[in-house]
Formats: sequence, C-alpha cells, structure tokens
Amino acid sequence: MASILTNLFDGVAYGMLLFVLACGLAVTLGLMNFVNLAHGAFAMAGGYICAVLVNNSGWPFFLALPLAFVGSAAIGIALERTLYRHLYARSHLDQVLFSIGLVFMSVAAVDYIMGSSRVFIKLPAELEGQIDLFGVGIGRYRLMIVVICGLLTLALQLILAKTRFGSRLRAAVDDPRAAIGLGINVPQVFAFTFAFGCGLAGLGGALSAEILGLDPYFPLKFMIYFLIVVTVGGSSSITGPFLASLLLGIADVAGKYYVPKVGPFVIYTVMIVILLWRPNGLFGRTAAR
Amino acid sequence: MTALSDVSTHAMASARWRISEVAFWVLALACAFLFPSRYLIMTDIVRLGLFALSLDLILGYAGIVSLGHAAFFGVGAYSAGLLALHGIITEPVIALVAAGLVAAVLGFLTSFLVIRGVDLTRLMVTLGIALLLEALAERFSDITGGTDGLQGIEMQPILGLFAFDMYGKTGLFYSLIVLFILFLLARRVVHSPFGLSLRAIRNNPLRAAAIGVPVNRRLIAIYTLAAFYAGIAGALFTQTTALASLDVFSFERSADLMLVLVIGGTGYLYGGLIGAVVFKMLQEFFQSITPQYWLFWIGLVLVVIVMVGRARIHRWVLFVPNLIIRQFAGRKAVVAAPESDVS
Repeated sequence: MASILTNLFDGVAYGMLLFVLACGLAVTLGLMNFVNLAHGAFAMAGGYICAVLVNNSGWPFFLALPLAFVGSAAIGIALERTLYRHLYARSHLDQVLFSIGLVFMSVAAVDYIMGSSRVFIKLPAELEGQIDLFGVGIGRYRLMIVVICGLLTLALQLILAKTRFGSRLRAAVDDPRAAIGLGINVPQVFAFTFAFGCGLAGLGGALSAEILGLDPYFPLKFMIYFLIVVTVGGSSSITGPFLASLLLGIADVAGKYYVPKVGPFVIYTVMIVILLWRPNGLFGRTAAR
Repeated sequence: MTALSDVSTHAMASARWRISEVAFWVLALACAFLFPSRYLIMTDIVRLGLFALSLDLILGYAGIVSLGHAAFFGVGAYSAGLLALHGIITEPVIALVAAGLVAAVLGFLTSFLVIRGVDLTRLMVTLGIALLLEALAERFSDITGGTDGLQGIEMQPILGLFAFDMYGKTGLFYSLIVLFILFLLARRVVHSPFGLSLRAIRNNPLRAAAIGVPVNRRLIAIYTLAAFYAGIAGALFTQTTALASLDVFSFERSADLMLVLVIGGTGYLYGGLIGAVVFKMLQEFFQSITPQYWLFWIGLVLVVIVMVGRARIHRWVLFVPNLIIRQFAGRKAVVAAPESDVS
C-alpha cells in the first residue's frame, strides 16, 4: 500500500515536471499552431546552464534555477526574433524540418561543448533523502518539484485568466487579425509568450536533470513526451495539458514499476488511440483550427 | 469531350521519356562501372534513394507529412532478416517481395489511422507507430535479437546464380536493378489518372472530393504502396549488409529521410534520387571534417534550406544538371522542374 502511494507521488512529481517542460509547447504548438519539435532543446539549455552554474561556478542550486529560466528565455527570444517568426505562416512541413534541424544542431553543439556523458547537478543536502509522511516515503526533491510546479501552474492559470496580458494573448490566438485591429501588438505578444515558454522549459530542464537525466540527446529522447502532453491535453486551456501531464507521468512511472517490459508500448498505444478518438485532444475544443 | 482529350494528351505528354531521364540512368549505370572501390557507399545511396522515393509518393504526391516512415523500412528490414535467418525463404528476390508485402500490409492497416485528422495528428500518429514498433522490437528480443540486432544472417545467391561478394558488387547491381524496376512502376503510377487524382487531393482534398475523387480510398492505396516501397528499401538494407538492428526504426532515420527528400525536392520522382546522392556526399564530407559532430552541420543544412526556401534551393540544385542538359538538347529540354510544393 505504502509503495503504491510512493509510486503515485513519484508519478505526480514526474507529471508536474512534464507539465512545466511542455506548457511552453502547448502555447506554440497548440495555440500558435507552430510545430516546434525543438522545444526540448530549450529545456536542455536550461538544464546545462544550471549544471554549469552549480557545479563549476559554485552557485547555490536555488539561485541557479531562476537563471536557468532567464537563460533559456533569452535564447528563446533571440531565436524567435531571428528565425522562428519567419516561419509562423509557413507549411507544417517547413516547420518540422526547421525544428528538426535545430534539434540536431543543439544535440551536436552540446555534445561538443559539454561532452556526451550524463550530467548531474549537485543538490543541496536538504533536498536529498526521503521524509516519512504517515508511513509513505516521499522524496524531498520530488516534494520540492511538486511545490514549485504546483505554484507555477497556479500562477500561469491566474496570468492567463486574470491579467491584461492573458486576455491579449487569448485574443491574439483566437483571431490575430481582429486582435491587430484592436491595437494589440500581436507579434510582440507572441514573442513574449514564446520566450516565457522557453524559460519555463529551461526551468523544467534544470529541475529534471535529477529525474529524467540530462545528456545531449535529451531533446530527442523526450520530444515525444512533450508532444503527447500537448496533443492529448489539447490547447483550449492550461488545465488540459496539466491533466494530460499528470496522467502521462503517473502512467509512465506505474508502467515502469509494475510492467517494466511493456511500459513504453502502453503509452504509445494509448496516445494513438486517444488521438484517433479525439483528434483535438482529450480536453480540447471540438472546433478544428 | 475536348477537356477530356486535353487531359489525356497532357498526361501522355508528361509521361513521355525525356532524353534527360535516359541520361540520368545511363549516368547511374556508368557510375556503377566506373568506381569499383565505392560499391558500398553507392549501394547505400541507391537504398536511400528508393526509401526517399517511397516518402515522395506520400509526401510529394499525396501531401501526407510522415515522421515515422522508418516504421516500414524497419519492418521490411526485419522481415527480410528473419526470412533469411530461419531459412523460410532463402531466395533473395522472393524474400525481398515478401518483406515488401509485409510492410505493405502494415501500411494498409495503419493507413486508416493516418488518413484521419490533420497534419499534426498525422505527424504524431506516424511518429507513434514507428516508436511503438521500436518498443515492440526491443520487447520481443528473443525474436529480433533486441539491441544486438539480428546476427548471423547469411544470404543465398540471387536467383541461385549471383552470390553476394564482400566488395558489394552484386549488392550494388542488385539494388540498382530493384530501384530501376520500382522506379518504372512509380513513374507509371504517378503519370496515370490515379496519380493525377492524388495531386488533386494534395492541392485541395475538399475540391477533389467534390469532383468525385474517392479521397480516402486513394490515400489508403498510395500509403500502402509507399509502405511497400519502404519495406523493399529496408529489405535491401538487410540483404546487402546482412544485419538488422533496432536503429532501423529510429527517429533519426525518418528525419534524415525528410532531409534527403527536401534537398532533392518533393513532388517529382527524381527528387528522392538526387537528394540521396547529395545527402550522402554531404554526410561523407561532414564526417570527414568532424567525425563526431557532423550532426550539427546536417542540422544547419536543414535550417538553412528552410530559411532560404525550398523552392529556391531546388532551382540551385538543379542549375548545373539543367545547364548541361541544355547544352546537349537545346533550350527547351529541362531535366527536372519540381512541381509546386506542398503547402
């Protein structure tokens, strides 16, 4: 019983991590309709920034996390301004090719700079080990992830629903032309959103080094997971991808623990079935864009 | 009435063999004789060309974007390997067709999943199927050999006459003949009314349906055919290299394939073949500069191609061949003009 709860908790932590990693993609892919397969590269960038700061420069872990966010967001906005924005109107094939190219470049570049072996980030002592909660073993690190990611999710939901920027973004996505007509600077809104999504991915990458493992092939290995979160979760709200990430996280952890041999098989099958059953995602709008 | 005859004259005119096409195949055959030390890489190019031709059939002609075309390549590769390993069908040509048919069956079954939905769903479903097969191949390692791959495959002589030699001479000519036969078939298919209807679907499925083209049935048919082609390419891979490992399903293989096709140009049959030649030469070139980090340059090529624009790149790629052809055959003979791209 206790092990089931521990696994459930691990699954929730994993799912929340996936959500932070993928929610930027939910905006670019789901809302802006841009097939960005290179999203994992931004996560990897954040992870490596954090690793370098903590391991080589001796920064405290909690100070390095915001920098991972800022660094990835900076890379994101630079690429958005120079490359991505030219491709919003292009065909999906072009976008796929372009982002695959970016993934290849990032993989080889990180391999060149940082080496091909897995990188570990030195954690502060208070994050190691487990705490015992009513007989259920809970990893401290995972508890921290749940807290951080939970707060982030709440903040995102509030920003999207309550702030002026949130309503601008929703307007820009729903109908860019009408939004421009109302005086909303749509390219700026998109650029900012893109950068914010990349920053979140970077933060997720930094947090996930401990759990998912950080090596140059990170963008390729987890690309499918991010895509699953977005396509299964749909894009009409932040709740869809959130629930999809939780489902995926719990299913993946449980699958690896209880049926290690068929784990990945189950996930891909479920994804294909869901996509066929509801092409716009489990929680998506019915109207196709 | 006149419109109908116009269509058929147009179709027949575009299906006529041009001098440039003959020249292309003569050149290919000449290369096979001229560079005896390069058999292995040329076999690689031929195989890749066939695989790219297969993707062109669905991407260039029917407009289906697939990120998991390696699925059929892998199924073909493993079928051919298993057939040879267990001595079920020892004759390579029959085994080749059998492996292609296995891939075609898979293509037929999965086509129902792929034709549903829009681009994004298709991307995910094709990618998912390839990953699924990779996971399956890893799971049933007692059949597939798991991460070690199929080992100890011994190929019998082709038609009982031509044994595979260690320099790859037989392999090259075998692959080249297979490619040529399948190319003729593909050429016949795309210039037929069936091929024209595919292009109509690519340009506008709704309109194609409105003029009475059975869209879904056509897409299923071409997807199955493309799977057959990819299966044959995979089987050739196993037969000429005598190995099949998990990486036949890998995402990189599907991604590279897209690059091949994009370099050569989609929507005309020589695109995949020209792309395969250019891609392999690029790969060799980059690997000779940086053995470990050539992936970076391949990625850069992709990004540059997209940023510059695919149509413009094709004009540059085809500039030199067209120039040569014009010297020989006058101004009007153009070796290859890629059709308008999928949008």
